Amino acid sequence: MPKATGRETAAYQRMIVASKPKRPLAENLVWAFVVGGAICLVGQGVKNIIMKAEGLTPTEAGPPTVGVMIFLGALFTGLGVYDRLARFGGMGANLPITGFANAIVAPAMEYQREGLVLGVSARMFTVAGPVIVHAVVVAVIVGTLSHFVGK
Amino acid sequence: MMDFALAFVVGGLMCMLAQLALDLTEMNPAMLMVVFVSLGAVASGLGLYAPLVEIAGAGASIPLPAFGHALVEGIGQDVDQYGPLGILSGGLRATAVGLTVAILSGYLMAIVFTPKG
Repeated sequence: MPKATGRETAAYQRMIVASKPKRPLAENLVWAFVVGGAICLVGQGVKNIIMKAEGLTPTEAGPPTVGVMIFLGALFTGLGVYDRLARFGGMGANLPITGFANAIVAPAMEYQREGLVLGVSARMFTVAGPVIVHAVVVAVIVGTLSHFVGK
Repeated sequence: MMDFALAFVVGGLMCMLAQLALDLTEMNPAMLMVVFVSLGAVASGLGLYAPLVEIAGAGASIPLPAFGHALVEGIGQDVDQYGPLGILSGGLRATAVGLTVAILSGYLMAIVFTPKG
């Protein structure tokens, strides 16, 4: 096992500090609101542009908007901007779909050295995998219930 | 202008709620993402999420519960069109664009960029 470099140790120390509760709850809530709201505001702008440019209804513009936002989330994670945003935005940066993209790209980049298969491709789904699994399982249960029982 | 204000406020409030759960419970961000995506699917099944998207636009369709909602809506559409088998096809069909972009751009970014520090 390779010894941790000074840089890695420093990064780990920062991680420990970052994971400790340090800011008052009210401040966290305000930042989550502002960052999350701002990301949705950008999403609305993207949606409006797509609707106008392609002549789509709000429903039709949904998937392409999500696609653009996911791409942007992945890009800004690659550029190292998104993780900084997440540090003060908390769930405001994690909960939007851009945070889902961040959860895919960040570990994929981190484990680059372990190769394309078991590094990048496998680690992409460390967080995104559980999200997709639960979304599918719960949606199938809900879908089954509303088809055979409800409505 | 109103659509931007609603997107900001509703999207912000959802994130604030998630932050509250993060700070007050033992759950970590990954678990909360799972919880919220599941809540979105349940809210969709109860007919609550579609009206929220109607009102708040991207404020409801960008936060993660929208992913659960999209799966449930897709299932509903495919069941209407193809019958009960739609339960197995509709979810991923409706979310195909997002998932494909996520996988493609994730792969691309991880190859192009190297982590700093």
